[in-house]
Amino acid sequence: MSEIQLTPLKLAIESYIPLGRSGLLPALHAAQKIYGWLPLEVAAEVANTLGVPLADVHGVIEFYSMFYNEPVGRRIIRVCTDQACALKGADQLLDHLCHCYGLRPGQTTDDLSLTIERSPCLGLCEQAPAALVDDDAETNISADFHSYDLGIPKSYVYGSIRELTVNCGNGTTTLAEYGEYAAYKKALTMSPEEVIAETDKASGLVGRGGAAFPTGVKWGGAAKIQAVQKFIVCNADESEPGTFKDRVLLLDDPHRTIEGMCIAAYAIGAGKGYIYIRGEYPYIVPVLENALDEARSAGYLGEHFDVEVRVGAGAYICGEETALFESIEGKRGFPRVKPPFPTTNGLFDNPTVINNVETLCNLPLIISKGSAEYRMLGTETSPGPKLFCVSGDVAKPGLYEVPFGVTLRELLKMAGGPPPAITPRTSRKQGARIPRLQAVLFGGAAGAFATSEHLDIKLTFEDLRAAGLPLGSGVVMVFDETRSIPDVLNRLGKFFAHESCGKCYPCQLGTQRQMEILERVAKNKVMVGDFSRLQDVGWTMTEASLCGLGQTAASAVLSAMKLWPDLFETGQR
Amino acid sequence: MAITFFMDGKEIKTEEGKTLIEVARENGINIPSVCVHEATKANALCRICVVEVEGQRVLQPACIVKAANNMKVQTRSGKVLRARRTILEMLASTIDLSDAPEIQNMMAEYGASFNRFPDAKRRESEIQDDNPMYIRDYSKCLLCWRCVQVCADDAQYTFAINFSGRGFETQVGTFFDRAIPETSCVLCGQCVAVCPTGALKPKREFLLEQGLSPQDIGVLNSGRKKRK
Ligand SMILES: Cc1cc2nc3c(=O)[nH]c(=O)nc-3n(C[C@H](O)[C@H](O)[C@H](O)COP(=O)(O)O)c2cc1C
Ligand code: SF4
Ligand code: SF4
Ligand code: FES
Repeated sequence: MSEIQLTPLKLAIESYIPLGRSGLLPALHAAQKIYGWLPLEVAAEVANTLGVPLADVHGVIEFYSMFYNEPVGRRIIRVCTDQACALKGADQLLDHLCHCYGLRPGQTTDDLSLTIERSPCLGLCEQAPAALVDDDAETNISADFHSYDLGIPKSYVYGSIRELTVNCGNGTTTLAEYGEYAAYKKALTMSPEEVIAETDKASGLVGRGGAAFPTGVKWGGAAKIQAVQKFIVCNADESEPGTFKDRVLLLDDPHRTIEGMCIAAYAIGAGKGYIYIRGEYPYIVPVLENALDEARSAGYLGEHFDVEVRVGAGAYICGEETALFESIEGKRGFPRVKPPFPTTNGLFDNPTVINNVETLCNLPLIISKGSAEYRMLGTETSPGPKLFCVSGDVAKPGLYEVPFGVTLRELLKMAGGPPPAITPRTSRKQGARIPRLQAVLFGGAAGAFATSEHLDIKLTFEDLRAAGLPLGSGVVMVFDETRSIPDVLNRLGKFFAHESCGKCYPCQLGTQRQMEILERVAKNKVMVGDFSRLQDVGWTMTEASLCGLGQTAASAVLSAMKLWPDLFETGQR
Repeated sequence: MAITFFMDGKEIKTEEGKTLIEVARENGINIPSVCVHEATKANALCRICVVEVEGQRVLQPACIVKAANNMKVQTRSGKVLRARRTILEMLASTIDLSDAPEIQNMMAEYGASFNRFPDAKRRESEIQDDNPMYIRDYSKCLLCWRCVQVCADDAQYTFAINFSGRGFETQVGTFFDRAIPETSCVLCGQCVAVCPTGALKPKREFLLEQGLSPQDIGVLNSGRKKRK
């Protein structure tokens, strides 16, 4: 091990020196590209070069699941075993791969040629089962494992309108194809206050990242603060199981997001922007870099405002806005306590606006059309177009663009979903044995279950909230009646236990206890008292956790406990 | 600025800028806590201090939330008790609390059972006895972060320790699990002083507990025991 040559590392990380600690994740990524993993000597060199304490560098490596401090294969296959892929045979795929190479998940071949791992959702749910093979997406893997797509994943774009997705579905849209940033140019003829007013009450734009926060309010907050530097951050961490909309938007139409960032930067007076993209989307990075270069050449980006891409390294929690800032700052992705809020004390303690990719993609639309025309789509309190990530038991899984206000029934009809469950009224008549709808997981792992009862609910913020269903990141994951809900829950439990950052006790401990009980539920080995244990754990995480991860880690489980209480009691199945 | 607010129905006048836990203590109301310490910045980790604040969606940590004019706070509502009891029960099923009498008392006070979670995975690790000054027994560590914080910018600026793993698997650790003498540790002992659970313990105390006499201790030297 003593032979490690540090010269290539020195060259590779030289350019990060001015970034100081903030250069840590980029430097570790660069180091891993060279050595395949991060041996002690390499970590120490990175630490010394950037002036970060050794223990802290180790803490960072340990936090992110895509950084390795022990040898791994030159090729790494990450097989997604979360819900959507599981429905399409992910476990069999993983078993098959492991069998072929004589490995167990998480192991590396003796000659260090290959590592096989289980992965949380890779954001390829509509082309399941899927894996990430180094930097390539391997999708639509056939049941005999012989045919598959490899490389940049395809986009499957459907729905009833094409506003946000007008350029999606045919590969990457270049700047020449996208055309000039007309909305940005128009925004520059308006005052920043006017731009904010358009995004605020006029358009009624609400954030699409999951928290449903009014965008204009956020912008107004950051705009009114005087500061030498302000930031606009694009949240492209997209790690909520079942979500893949931002992947499609960024791959197929990167300029829409960049134009959105330019408009936001002008509105709040930001001089610098970041796009933070999850480590499991490596194939998007060159597409983004290229689009940013095009925007620079065209003069949209430059001295006044420029954008840097930062790549995560396997941590769902880094989608939480303050954990994301910590990650850009080169730290473990621990969420911060709020207040203070990002608009006053965000990235590097400066006023920051952070928006989801889809939120930003709405801006060119709002500014170019004007808020009045934008409001022609959707409902009064949920205006505009909305993207839904439909996966699971439907004929046409994919990204669906619809106006807010279509019903779940209409959406499932477009996607070719299973027929509704048999009610006493419909009983028997529709003879054919097609599996019927059992449940829809709404909003992702942090969401809740809907059933056939909910089919006529309008997909709007207000209607869903009233029905106790979070819109979340637009996940609509469909399960027919042949599927096992305990299996779905078991995977949810594993996901949250794997992704809890460990900062606060309710979630650090609760996600583990929840996982253990859900494992028992899945194995049909429920113990006396598990129902109340699961209720107490779920309730405590929801009420007492520090951040949104813990506060929603039991959301789907608690909704399942309401719908199917027998699953959690002894002797009821 | 002077403010007035209500805690458990009692009208309290105080100065703006104080946390709920501070004001409570000044007024003879006990809000329990596990992670905070006067020497370290509060991070609202343990959530044992949560209280109900009218108008807030979820429970609020009293160690960082500041008292504000007209705020209405319940420090012992049913919700508060349920959260505290459950957190304590989850802790007890995870770590060895035998050296943490304060938490044992809290368990009794909140009716928390040591066996609420049967078959639960515990955080266990071997005692690390690798330096002449203190031992580290992370089976007792409740991740209050105090040691990491005093070793870093809350006091010593030594940065010898940080974390490994994440979530339930988090553990306090050194660079690539190096033994303490191979780190930047200066054996100042501040971490040992702030540890609430006996996870960090002076070597001498540890050896006395093991039944060694003070004379024996004088001649012993440190050997390294590696974590599994
Ligand atoms: C655990 C967790 C994960 C999150 N992941 C994402 C994400 O991947 N993308 C995203 O845009 N927002 C995510 N969010 C929400 C962000 O914290 C933040 O609210 C959002 O980026 C704001 O953008 P918006 O107002 O445009 O929705 C996450 C929140 C939590 C608590
Ligand atoms: S809720 Fe979970 S993810 Fe959020 S701070 Fe607490 S431990 Fe970390
Ligand atoms: S070792 Fe002690 S001081 Fe350090 S985190 Fe654990 S319990 Fe807290
Ligand atoms: S004392 Fe408030 S969270 Fe620990």
